[in-house]
Amino acid sequence: MPLLEVRDLHVSFETRDGTVRAVDGVSLAVDRGRTLGVVGESGSGKSVTALTVMGLTRLPNATISGEVLLDGVDLLGLTGDDLRRVRGKRVAMIFQDPLSSLHPLYTIGWQIVEAIQAHERVSEKAARARALEGLREVGIPNAPDRLSSYPHELSGGMRQRVMIAMALVLDPEILIADEPTTALDVTVQAQILDLVRELQAEHGTAVVLITHDLGVIAETADEVAVMYAGRVAELGPLTGVIDGAEHPYTWGLLQSLPSAESSRSEPLHPIEGSPPSLISVPSGCPFHPRCPYAMEVCPREVPGLLPTTPGHAVACHLPVSTRRAIGSEVRSQEAWA
Amino acid sequence: MGAIGSVLSSSMLLYIVRRILWGAFLLVVVSALTFLIFTVFPSADPAALRAGRQATPELIAQIRHNLGLDKPLYVQYWLFAKGIVLHFDLGYSYQNSVSVRSQIFTRLPVTLSLTAGAFVIWMIVAIPIGVISAIRRRSLLDRATMGAALVAISAPVYFLGLVALFLFSNDIGVIHLLPGAGSYTPLSESPWRWFTSLLMPWCVLAAAFAAFYARMVRGNLIDTMGEDYIRTARAKGLSERRVVGRHGLRAALTPVVTMAGLDIGILLGGAILTETVFNIPGIGRYAYDSIINSDLPAIEGTVLFGAFFIIAANIFVDILYAFLDPRVRY
Repeated sequence: MPLLEVRDLHVSFETRDGTVRAVDGVSLAVDRGRTLGVVGESGSGKSVTALTVMGLTRLPNATISGEVLLDGVDLLGLTGDDLRRVRGKRVAMIFQDPLSSLHPLYTIGWQIVEAIQAHERVSEKAARARALEGLREVGIPNAPDRLSSYPHELSGGMRQRVMIAMALVLDPEILIADEPTTALDVTVQAQILDLVRELQAEHGTAVVLITHDLGVIAETADEVAVMYAGRVAELGPLTGVIDGAEHPYTWGLLQSLPSAESSRSEPLHPIEGSPPSLISVPSGCPFHPRCPYAMEVCPREVPGLLPTTPGHAVACHLPVSTRRAIGSEVRSQEAWA
Repeated sequence: MGAIGSVLSSSMLLYIVRRILWGAFLLVVVSALTFLIFTVFPSADPAALRAGRQATPELIAQIRHNLGLDKPLYVQYWLFAKGIVLHFDLGYSYQNSVSVRSQIFTRLPVTLSLTAGAFVIWMIVAIPIGVISAIRRRSLLDRATMGAALVAISAPVYFLGLVALFLFSNDIGVIHLLPGAGSYTPLSESPWRWFTSLLMPWCVLAAAFAAFYARMVRGNLIDTMGEDYIRTARAKGLSERRVVGRHGLRAALTPVVTMAGLDIGILLGGAILTETVFNIPGIGRYAYDSIINSDLPAIEGTVLFGAFFIIAANIFVDILYAFLDPRVRY
């Protein structure tokens, strides 16, 4: 049994403009110590999926159905203290913008101590010692001084390290990282990803890494879920999805990546069109209006997420042989493989 | 380095000194403007008022000379300014020759009582209502309190005050419940009578402020609860009570506290309407009387005091802000 399993998750929000179908039947799983990379454009439902796991999308205008199983217990059914005991303690989360995600008016030490004391009855002093240890573990220089620093006094990379320290200080089983490097400098991005990987190896934490950057996924993930318009388009092990991509949307993502070998004059290949509105998702396969290989069946029927090789599933109407033929052709054109 | 040490840096002290100098300059401007407005648009001739009904022109001229009103304007202002700067002397009332300074200082505790009590009431009312309305947004309670707040903000003090007197005062009231207008008793004389005599003025003065602050607390808290750090607080596994109380309110109340500082400053200069309606012998009532009597020294004195409190409150609030928000540095 996987540690965390999301089964047929649906999340929609009633708004003045209509119903936003943010997540529309998503199933995912992550095992202990593994990294699941969730990739997709903004509005693909990847963040909403993660927030729903944490119970953070329970707004008055939200409708949520499906299952989020942590060790077999459905988190969607938890409320009050039961939910509180999971948040931060068993499943921790870090966010895109560490500056806005940390409280501006409290010191870093205070915020980490609070996280510890929310779950464990320890003295202020003991909690502070652990906060300090946590800051050291994520490689923050002058950690004792930093305990009494305010978030605005740190650099972006240091702030995200603080967020990671705060998330991991209780040794959670799962760390959900929602675009953890998007707001950071490129040089800092790699450091943060390395840090997450290092700590994961040390603590055996499962990581759900949400990003729009396939390059980040390629470096970090064990399994990959490609999301589009609130659905999973392709799901499988890293090598299967990157080297043997079978969904036209995944091809598009791969082709839009610049590669080290491609010359600078060579243009990038963006995916034509823009992500669909989640209020009026296209009928059938939501990707069909942008898909260069769309067939007559695509606007009519929603493709199921069906296995193609063991562990690798694709939601596409194209026949498997055609997908593989196009896939290898696309791969040979591009230098990313 | 301690929190106070880091906040009270040398640049901060420099900033405070600069603000105080600027404030002194503002007081000069305010006094000059008041002087100018009074002399250019006089409401009445102070000498004629002082002389009474059957005054002879000679008597009026004599009074004018005694009050120094026959001197050129700039000389009058110069003497006035010199008195303040050298002796902290605000002059003597044209009306009854009583020292304006002593008048203001005897009336200050009265205005202070009125302001402090009203402040306590409006905060005690506004914060819970604002918080509950923000958390139960769009609920019946939210709509009802915010509707009532709008009414309270729109109702003028002289209207609310008269309604309160007609309903509850023990002379003209429907229910003889509380002492009516003109019943103010100093705290030192009788704490109980002080309290009962001020209860109605407190509530009337606090009504609009309570309404305004409730709306402000609500708005700020709604904004704050949408911040990313609230999401982080929830993700940490904190109880909703703590998320709202320690994370939401801490940020939402910071601007409220500074606003309150400014409002207290304004009120200390005299709650003119409330003090007039309830005939409370505070600075506001004094200002009102001095305007009616064309009593320039008293007008100057009350205006300067009002301006002083506003300027002082502004400086105080700026310093306070550096303590409340670590991002603010001067």
